[in-house]
Amino acid sequence: MNAFLNHFLFEFKTGIRNKTLLLMNYLFPFGFYLMLGVLMTEIYPFFREVMISSMVTFAIIAAALLGLPDPLVTAREAGIFRSYKINGIPARSILLIPVLTTIFHLLIMAVVIISTAPLFFAAPLPVNWPVFFLIFLLAAFACSGLGVLIGVISSSSRMTVLWSQIIFIPSMMLSGLVMPLEILPEVMRRVAQLLPATHAINAFRGLTQQLSVDFNPIASILILLTGGLLAFFLALYLFNWDQRNPVTKHRYLAILALLPYLIGVFLFS
Amino acid sequence: MKSVIKVSDFRKNYGQLQAVKGISFEVERGEIFGLLGPNGAGKTSILECLEGLRIPDGGSIQVLGLNPAGQAEQLYNQIGVQLQSAGLPDNLRVDEAMKFFCAYHRVSPRYDLLDRLGLTAKRNAPYFQLSLGQQRRLLLSLAVAHNPAVLLLDEPTAGLDVAARVELHQMVKEMQAVGTTIILATHDMAEAEELADRVAILLGGEIAAAGTPLELRATGAGLTKVLVRTETACLSDTGLTWPGVKQHITKGEYNIFYSSDIAPTLSAVIGYIAVQQDSLIDLRVECPSLEDRFLEITNTGGSE
Repeated sequence: MNAFLNHFLFEFKTGIRNKTLLLMNYLFPFGFYLMLGVLMTEIYPFFREVMISSMVTFAIIAAALLGLPDPLVTAREAGIFRSYKINGIPARSILLIPVLTTIFHLLIMAVVIISTAPLFFAAPLPVNWPVFFLIFLLAAFACSGLGVLIGVISSSSRMTVLWSQIIFIPSMMLSGLVMPLEILPEVMRRVAQLLPATHAINAFRGLTQQLSVDFNPIASILILLTGGLLAFFLALYLFNWDQRNPVTKHRYLAILALLPYLIGVFLFS
Repeated sequence: MKSVIKVSDFRKNYGQLQAVKGISFEVERGEIFGLLGPNGAGKTSILECLEGLRIPDGGSIQVLGLNPAGQAEQLYNQIGVQLQSAGLPDNLRVDEAMKFFCAYHRVSPRYDLLDRLGLTAKRNAPYFQLSLGQQRRLLLSLAVAHNPAVLLLDEPTAGLDVAARVELHQMVKEMQAVGTTIILATHDMAEAEELADRVAILLGGEIAAAGTPLELRATGAGLTKVLVRTETACLSDTGLTWPGVKQHITKGEYNIFYSSDIAPTLSAVIGYIAVQQDSLIDLRVECPSLEDRFLEITNTGGSE
């Protein structure tokens, strides 16, 4: 427990000491939140209603998909995991602790957004706080699970960017984060259901703000939970300690992480 | 004595390349065993398989009765490893690193080791700000902090300054004195000669020679070098044949004799100086070192 706590504290501090992580965990989401708060509330007043859930979801995808994977690749390339292995640090700690610290950073960011959005932009607060917190945790876990999976299967930092953007960019455009899902064509709405951000926003709106939703928000909660668990365990299974001595594993199995989302498309449209 | 490390018919391949071709050796408790060899001889492959970082392609390896490939988690609290190529997170501070790894080994942080290895002034510095030598000293202190029963060192003095190197040798001897078994892979023959009880010289993935440094030095062609300087250089250009001498050269003011039988050579040289009424200024006898023997083996490809 002492070792786990030590490791957690170090990783948490790294999230602030490391400039890239500081940018992805705090500065980028906060800057984007301020920018969208100023612009969108002028051109699309309804955005005020969904601002908190959208901006919290944005913070989640930025930290989990853009911030989390690269340090894993860099650590593997630098032989840090070799040092960890010979000192008996288990793979589950190497993967779980960054997930937990990312969630912790996100919690701080969420508190900043929730406490300032009503003051700066007259954004309404969620009406159901326990459920809001639950959805936040599940969304952060689902996205962080995908983040570590990307870090594990990427052969280089360049590939990490590619895989991350494959999820991040559609999340920005299709998940309902900026534009409402209703304005998208039917087929794009179904494609959007492959993204954890879509389910996070759907659940936030349906269960914490009593707004109309596109599909069952309880199903979104289940999908986020199973998606997060599946992604995390796939990352654990596909984890390689050593760049120079990779154990042959079938990295294409990572695609299975999308299975809960795919099933959701057919069951909960 | 009980063997702590048993390697039997161990083989390791990388694709088509046979890096280690069926080697066997045992190391006893409290023994320092040196692995010597040129680059690519298989030293690191052996160490990495002993550490559980790589999986052997044949044969068996046991460390403290455990198989490193399959029982690594049970082994890691009992072994200390200094890798040739490994790193720590850039932002991890020296003090934090000690606390971090000691917590996983369930021992109290050994800050005294940081002081001992000259890292006192750097205790708050992040890893990326350390020089190469300081990084290696930190990795070494982490390797020994939990008092492992087996210590595996891969080029431990590479990049170290003289003071750190002396300190390291002292630490290794102290650990040996309390029963730690140590495997030392090194290019530094003087280091192996000073520290190792036994050495194995690896060549092309096979053990070309093994034994105590003394045994290895005693075998082979091993010519003893006799360097002589006299007042009037009477030994130069004599045209004489000296007993036991295989080669005679002049270098500056010194005459150098390479002898296979030192006693008659010395007696003939000193006798000749006396007859010539010359005066001896300097006389040195250099026995073949482990390095000479190593070069002899590697130059002949181990086929002697």
